[in-house]
Amino acid sequence: MISLPLLEIDSLTVDYRTRRGNIRAVNNVSFTLEKGEMLGLVGESGSGKSTLGLSIIRLVPHPGVIVNGHIKIDGTDILNLSEEEMRAIRGKKVAFVFQDPMTSLSPVKKIGAHFVELIRTHEPDINKEEALKRAMATLNDVGILPERINDYPHQFSGGMRQRILIALAIALNPDLIIADEPTTALDVIVQAKTLDLLKSLRDTHGMALILITHDLSIVLERCNKILVMYAGDFVEYADSKELHRNPEHPYTRGLLRSIPNVELADQKLEAIPGSPPDLLNPPKGCHFWPRCSYANGKCRVEKPPITESNLGHFVRCFKENV
Amino acid sequence: MTIIGLVIVLSMIIMMVLGPWVSPYDPTKSNVSPPPNPSPPNADFPLGTNLLGQDMLSRVLCGGTIMLQVALLSVLFCFIIGVPVGLLASYAGGIIDKIFTLVMDSFYAFPGLVLAIAIAAMMGRGVVNMALSIAVVYVPSYYRIVRSQVLTIKELPYTEAARATGARGRTILLRYILPNVIPSIVVVATVNFADAILTAAGLTFVGLGVGIDIPDWGWDLTKGRELLPSGAWWVITFPGIMIVLLALGFTLIGEGLSELLNPRLEQ
Repeated sequence: MISLPLLEIDSLTVDYRTRRGNIRAVNNVSFTLEKGEMLGLVGESGSGKSTLGLSIIRLVPHPGVIVNGHIKIDGTDILNLSEEEMRAIRGKKVAFVFQDPMTSLSPVKKIGAHFVELIRTHEPDINKEEALKRAMATLNDVGILPERINDYPHQFSGGMRQRILIALAIALNPDLIIADEPTTALDVIVQAKTLDLLKSLRDTHGMALILITHDLSIVLERCNKILVMYAGDFVEYADSKELHRNPEHPYTRGLLRSIPNVELADQKLEAIPGSPPDLLNPPKGCHFWPRCSYANGKCRVEKPPITESNLGHFVRCFKENV
Repeated sequence: MTIIGLVIVLSMIIMMVLGPWVSPYDPTKSNVSPPPNPSPPNADFPLGTNLLGQDMLSRVLCGGTIMLQVALLSVLFCFIIGVPVGLLASYAGGIIDKIFTLVMDSFYAFPGLVLAIAIAAMMGRGVVNMALSIAVVYVPSYYRIVRSQVLTIKELPYTEAARATGARGRTILLRYILPNVIPSIVVVATVNFADAILTAAGLTFVGLGVGIDIPDWGWDLTKGRELLPSGAWWVITFPGIMIVLLALGFTLIGEGLSELLNPRLEQ
């Protein structure tokens, strides 16, 4: 028996229908995520990575619309589910960790109340004491003293609050956690600790993790798979070691070259010239050609197809081994 | 500041409760003092008497209850109407929000006291009617505060986070948005209390209060104004001071609360 992948995204297209025009935030993106896998979703702001993450729990903000594609969780296409059925998935099967720990907890609710609310949304039979007991165990897992369950969010530091948010995400033992730039608001040391915590929780709880970030360096060493997006497009997808060793897309190469490396002291950091395109008027052909040093005439008129260059290494580029 | 306000308001309330027992004369009884009336403050009547020969000290001690009742009721009415309507309309958004906002804003086109007088005149005398007519004037300010808060909180990450955990719209509204709106409403309510007292005084002043047989500072103001040209300053001064003090007390509490409930100033 072939086991189903946990998450299967097939030619997903998401538009923002703004007054000024249609913005295609996610353009025909497909990938699969196996149980327990850790995927790094990398792209700069506006690349559609957060929109892609939010589509998985069907909470693309207004005026965003999923116009095409399928999102299958354990084989069920969630785009066909009713709102009520969808609510049962959010938090229980797929949990989300948001970017800003300072504002992601209600300032007038105690930490414990957040857990009770979450647990009883999905398991109404559980009484408050039991929910609190579970909450304390989960807080312990993320390194927060369980006694602090009666404190308010403002009594915690940013790093602690992010750990509380992570605890909230794992409280119901979801199959998948989507963390949208979970460490952007934190300083570098807390950032590393938080990411390592996420990774170790994934190892102990066996859940899959999608880590959305603009920083390729933080996912290279922690994730199994990496998906690079650019201006709504799927750019490159590979095993992280393979991607590191053998990046094929010029954009991925640019990202890798812009990571500082202390061992190569005289290496100059390179930046990718130019800026991402205006998605109201995206360039024809490959979205990246205006910034690409390898671009030729074909890139400007025709969108490159996705090809499998190596086993499990997919890239959207005309060039072979540029 | 809150402490001073609390002291003022609490001592006023104690005074009103104890008033009927400690007042030297029956505040409703006429001609307790021998003519001529009104007589200025003297040994028997420390605050003087009014035209009907009633003891002003007794009337000042007992006269606050009506005003306080009216103010309390009107704030309660405002709360009951303004908060749910504001919450639901602004959470729903779109055309519903637009319609309610338009209606509420149209109340602002009228001067508050004039509107209250018109409504009170239509409904007739009585504590509840006074409270209702005052509530009509102040509901829009509750609606506005609730609306602006809901619109902000609706977009905050913690409501989005709640949605991402599978919370229902109802839960988000009642468990996440409402508790975060309450502090602002409490502040509006206390400030509004002071306004309601002054409006209640205004309603009584134009003859829309309760009857003359019930001691009320508002009535004494009305009667006192007629006597002022003849030099009887005491009839209007003492009830006037009481009204100002009560309003001041509530304003101070409101100011203090708004500082206290601001989470950034906490600790």
